[in-house]
Amino acid sequence: MKSLLALLFCLIASGAIAHKPSDSYLTLERHGAAVQGQWDIALRDLDAAITLDANGDGEITWGEVRAKRAAIAAYALSRLDLASGGSTCSLEAADALIDQHSDGAYAVLRLSATCPQPGPALSVEYRLLFDIDPTHRGLLQYVEDGRARSAIFSAEARARTLGAGTAWQQLAAYVHEGVWHIWLGFDHILFLLSLLLPAVLLRHGGAWQPAESFRGAFWDVAKIVTAFTVAHSLTLTLAALDVVSLPSRWVESAIALSVVLAAINNVFPVVSHGRWLAAFGFGLIHGFGFAGALRDLGLPTGSLALSLFGFNVGVELGQLAIVGVFLPAAFWLRRTWTYRRVVLAGGSALIAAIAGVWLVERAFNVAILPTLV
Amino acid sequence: MRRPGRNARAARSAVPERHDVSRFRRCAWLLLALFLGAPALAKPYLPTDDGAVLERLPEKTDPSLRDVKRLRATLDRNPGDLALAARLARRAIEAGRETGDPRFFGQAQAALAPWWNAPNPPAQALLLRATLKQSMHDFTGALADLDRLIAANPRDGQALLTRATVLTVQGRYVEARADCARIARLAVPLVTIACDAAPASVSGEAASAYRALTGALAAPAADAGLAEWAHTLAGEIAQRRGDAAAAEAHFRTALALDPRDPYLLGAFADFLLDRSRPRDVVPLLKDYIRNDNLLLRLALAEARLPEMHSSFDAHCSDLEGRYDAARRRGDTLHRREEARYALEIAGNSERALALARENWKVQRESADLRILVSAAKAAGDTAALREAGDWVRAHRLEDAAITSLLQTR
Repeated sequence: MKSLLALLFCLIASGAIAHKPSDSYLTLERHGAAVQGQWDIALRDLDAAITLDANGDGEITWGEVRAKRAAIAAYALSRLDLASGGSTCSLEAADALIDQHSDGAYAVLRLSATCPQPGPALSVEYRLLFDIDPTHRGLLQYVEDGRARSAIFSAEARARTLGAGTAWQQLAAYVHEGVWHIWLGFDHILFLLSLLLPAVLLRHGGAWQPAESFRGAFWDVAKIVTAFTVAHSLTLTLAALDVVSLPSRWVESAIALSVVLAAINNVFPVVSHGRWLAAFGFGLIHGFGFAGALRDLGLPTGSLALSLFGFNVGVELGQLAIVGVFLPAAFWLRRTWTYRRVVLAGGSALIAAIAGVWLVERAFNVAILPTLV
Repeated sequence: MRRPGRNARAARSAVPERHDVSRFRRCAWLLLALFLGAPALAKPYLPTDDGAVLERLPEKTDPSLRDVKRLRATLDRNPGDLALAARLARRAIEAGRETGDPRFFGQAQAALAPWWNAPNPPAQALLLRATLKQSMHDFTGALADLDRLIAANPRDGQALLTRATVLTVQGRYVEARADCARIARLAVPLVTIACDAAPASVSGEAASAYRALTGALAAPAADAGLAEWAHTLAGEIAQRRGDAAAAEAHFRTALALDPRDPYLLGAFADFLLDRSRPRDVVPLLKDYIRNDNLLLRLALAEARLPEMHSSFDAHCSDLEGRYDAARRRGDTLHRREEARYALEIAGNSERALALARENWKVQRESADLRILVSAAKAAGDTAALREAGDWVRAHRLEDAAITSLLQTR
């Protein structure tokens, strides 16, 4: 009992997993009825399944692999099923090649399949090695119509259905996230509103005058929104691709500052005609803020461009919805005293005050306002 | 014996030193090139020489690992044999610990397949299941299994010991020490004292824990593995207390008992890196590049040695490849080391902080706090630093490197 206890003590005390675990890499590219692919399986894993190390000396030589090339292909193919349109696709593998991965040598199988009745979706069932090592994963890269998406097979999730529909679903999910991010991110809305509030007015001789035409106000808004969009799309992309990275505290503080400045400018105007320039300049900073949100959602490496695009589209749609509600209402109210005094001056002062508190909170890392969301 | 000057140096070595900057920049360029050129680089080939060795299996270095293969073959012929399955699982867990290779843990899990999802498995299977869940950082699952075992048999020393370890990793020191106290009558004194020293040394009693542990180590130990582990623990405690000479003596004694224990090698390498002795790290770790944690420490040493730059570049891209592979499979077991990689090699303090924060949610060992503090300092995150300071004060953690990091804001 006591020696057993001592032994287990060693087991539990330092059982740190520090190697790359068992993964295989499966790429499938589909063109209608034809599927081409490549499957990289670690020689070590194949050895555990069908014993490649024939002489048992702890080394796997090319001669030993070559002797088992047919067995390797047969073993792998018996653990992968493709189906489309309700019928099984016939799957073949060419003789194994070798490739070096960061954790050792892999057998590389070139796959080709033909689906007799191709439907819109392709079903993949993956069963490699789960019986030997339930922590094994199959990492799938699926390409169709130039669009890539990734999926992970595990002992708990062995079957996947892939196809055009699912890529669209993925895109839709990111569009949805983008819309919600702008609607729930009060700082972006307040910044936009601060720039838009004066758009239905004109500055003449130190006083606000109602804009004459809807067209003029519309173009003013269009310029601001476009400038903001171009700017934040630019930095969102750069940050999401890890080309540029700024400390989040700096970004969040700068966003709060941008809201303060935009709102104060409505009460004590300094910039009245070039507001689109301010929208562009500060838009660059807001883009970094969006990137932080997108990163929190997690970016699939296989379809980075798709999710980035979807999220951006969502942000724009959310923004257009705000403008669509704001502009007609503001234009209708623009001649009233209430709009100029209460909405523009009072509203801007309130926005500046809220954003001022955010600025202090973010810059000095203290909590003043209760969390809104 | 505390030496404040050395502590400051230890703290500095946690962030890239100035002369390393160009190395890190080159590494960053290399990564960018890899990122852009990866698809073009991957070229499967057809070897021409039958004698070419493509892969070395773990049993090449340790022939006793063939046991695992043999036991697996036997179990295949006798599925459902609990005694045989438990023997295989135990041997595979041991092999996993010796090599750091998760495939062995996976094979242990496969051996326990009939009982893995069972609501009420026999105690033997339940204990092994808990041990495996712990190794996969499923601490909640492990604790649930261990609670059941201990409820059924309050004198289950192994279950108590495992639970104390899990609770220590989670920072629940009072509960951990209560479990260790219950082991006193069930195990040899060194086990009990080492069990208690782990949580006690990080909750305000480092000096007495260290005294008790060295006292127990002075008596001849029956089990070399146990002595090796206890010396490693003593070395870590001495290091945290700032007593470098004692720490090195413990690590060297432990190495004499087991020169291949990856945990010990990592702890000793960290010690050497802290002491600015990268040259001593290279011979220690150069044969362990399969192990991600040890490869990271080797790369950290090479970064400080100008003559090792080509090897550093290669190891750097290997590490990046492995972390990327882990991300792709959705693994979160490497967050602590990956945070260190992000901070000290890639120079990305924001990413390091994000990883260190995620890691800290799951495990709360001294090393987890240290990387959190280092990353928070580099990223200028005062909230995280305040949180870390609160933890140090609340638990009265004595760790010279962390204290020094927190003092030099």
